[in-house]
Amino acid sequence: MSKTIAEKILSAKSRKDVRAGDIVEAQVDYVMVNDITGPAAFDEFEGLCAPIKRDKVVLIPDHYVPNKDVASAKQAKKMRDFARKHKVRNYFEVGSGGVCHQLMIEQGFVAPGRLIVGADSHTCSYGALGAFSTGIGSTEAATVFARGVLWFKVPESMKFKVDGKLGRFVSGKDIILTIIGDIGVEGARYASMEVEGSSVASLPLSDRITISNMGIEAGAKACIVPPDKKVYEYLRTRVRGSYKPAFADDDAAYSDVMEYDGRKIVPVVAKPFLPSNVAPASEAGVAIDQAYLGSCTNGRIEDLRIAAKLLKGRKVHAGVRMIVVPATKEVFDAAVREGLVKVFSDAGAYVSGPTCGACLGGYMGVLAPGERCVSSTNRNFVGRMGAKDSEVYLASPAVVTASAIKGRIADPSEVAR
Amino acid sequence: MKDHLKGRAWVVGDNVDTDQIIPAEYLVTMDDKELAPHAFENAIPEFAKQVRAGDIVVAGRNFGCGSSREHAPRALMGAGVSCVIAVSFARIFFRNSINLGLPVIEATIHAKKGDVIEVALKNGIAANRSTGEEAGFKAYPPFVMMLIQKGGLVPYTREMLGCKE
Ligand code: SF4
Repeated sequence: MSKTIAEKILSAKSRKDVRAGDIVEAQVDYVMVNDITGPAAFDEFEGLCAPIKRDKVVLIPDHYVPNKDVASAKQAKKMRDFARKHKVRNYFEVGSGGVCHQLMIEQGFVAPGRLIVGADSHTCSYGALGAFSTGIGSTEAATVFARGVLWFKVPESMKFKVDGKLGRFVSGKDIILTIIGDIGVEGARYASMEVEGSSVASLPLSDRITISNMGIEAGAKACIVPPDKKVYEYLRTRVRGSYKPAFADDDAAYSDVMEYDGRKIVPVVAKPFLPSNVAPASEAGVAIDQAYLGSCTNGRIEDLRIAAKLLKGRKVHAGVRMIVVPATKEVFDAAVREGLVKVFSDAGAYVSGPTCGACLGGYMGVLAPGERCVSSTNRNFVGRMGAKDSEVYLASPAVVTASAIKGRIADPSEVAR
Repeated sequence: MKDHLKGRAWVVGDNVDTDQIIPAEYLVTMDDKELAPHAFENAIPEFAKQVRAGDIVVAGRNFGCGSSREHAPRALMGAGVSCVIAVSFARIFFRNSINLGLPVIEATIHAKKGDVIEVALKNGIAANRSTGEEAGFKAYPPFVMMLIQKGGLVPYTREMLGCKE
């Protein structure tokens, strides 16, 4: 009997032959919590009478670290204390870590065919490497600490095929925003998205992570790209343990199959206040106060390179603050090594160390009432990056940078050389 | 979990995300009672002052979308909300609520602020007593019902682990 990738992985991990709609308890490879969702999981875990499944647990402080105030300092300390008490080795202190999802991938926890859960909604990012990964709550995470298993409803799958040569500045961000603009913020609700086709295969892994990262913004439970050589090559020096890729059978059952012509996709923005509110970047035309480049969506070295190339020898527009936040220490170090930090600094951009920071309106770039930000992040909900009447336009690194130079939302071709 | 619920309606629209249920700046605590005063702070400024134990949130499509924060169902529970009825829910919010013991029901029911809403969980009926409208909803699948009967995921896990008392 033929199966989708989701059905294959959940069958393998539950040692049962399961189909969409079945409910199973399945073995989880890794469970991740961050400094916001961790503390509740720690409290719940202490009420369970079992030793911790130490090697499956990954603890990553990233949302409010370095601590933004006393309350967040207490939360981060709680995670540090829990890691010590239970001897959890997979704990990443400030200075060695960064934004959880990028770190999970860099550190080799993520691999094709794995089942990974995280108490953070963008855990679906790991689908870019062929894993089935999904966001869960803190209470559930605590039970996984203790039992190593969790219940899942096997989701229906939807296939998205994107074929054709992409235009010069068209990125993974433009592909996923175009899809979400098309199907809406609950167009893939509860479903597992499988995103494939020649346009997707042509993208670097970095852009595929952007696509999987934003699956949740269409309501998806998982967002999987069939793994290929680019993934195996990336993992060669970093993966922990062995792995077994899973692929869909040719005649697997999909609740929907959607096809896109990659040649027709253009650089876009998602206007406030929904990621589905998509329009071509060239038509937005509004003035901006801030340009933010960072996050698990687009804070990788590939993203910083695109921005630096456009910015080199230029200045950020006088009316704009540009804030650049490499997602992890590895990205930060590479950006220093490659001279990108100097390019940003010379252009008048502010560069910080890794943190979630302003992505969720935490700190380091929060917006005042009425301000407008073009951002490489994944959410533009009401008040997401600050005051409730501030506005966030979601876009690719190229659009964010072009806009920073122009002082208004701009298509990258306007500043291309 | 009580089978029969009754309370006054608080009505919200489509795509209410967890930032609207509890703004990110209050995520520094997990205490239901500390979160409750900030529930719906921006979306319904009078909510925290006027909410009463047993009140029911009636929502549109995709309620609870956005961040996976469990603070959202906890804030509502802390405020005394006994149930959320929505045309549809975002997946993580739905799971979190079930795992914590907050009944969440997918049904389409029309209401305005203050209408009296009644829900019979096992029979799968939601009713607006102020307008007379009734709506049926699909009962939970057996595994989910079992979780609810045991009081949520934690009691179930304690049982599976053989924890004492
Ligand atoms: S970078 Fe933003 S979206 Fe990603 S985990 Fe941090 S807060 Fe969430």
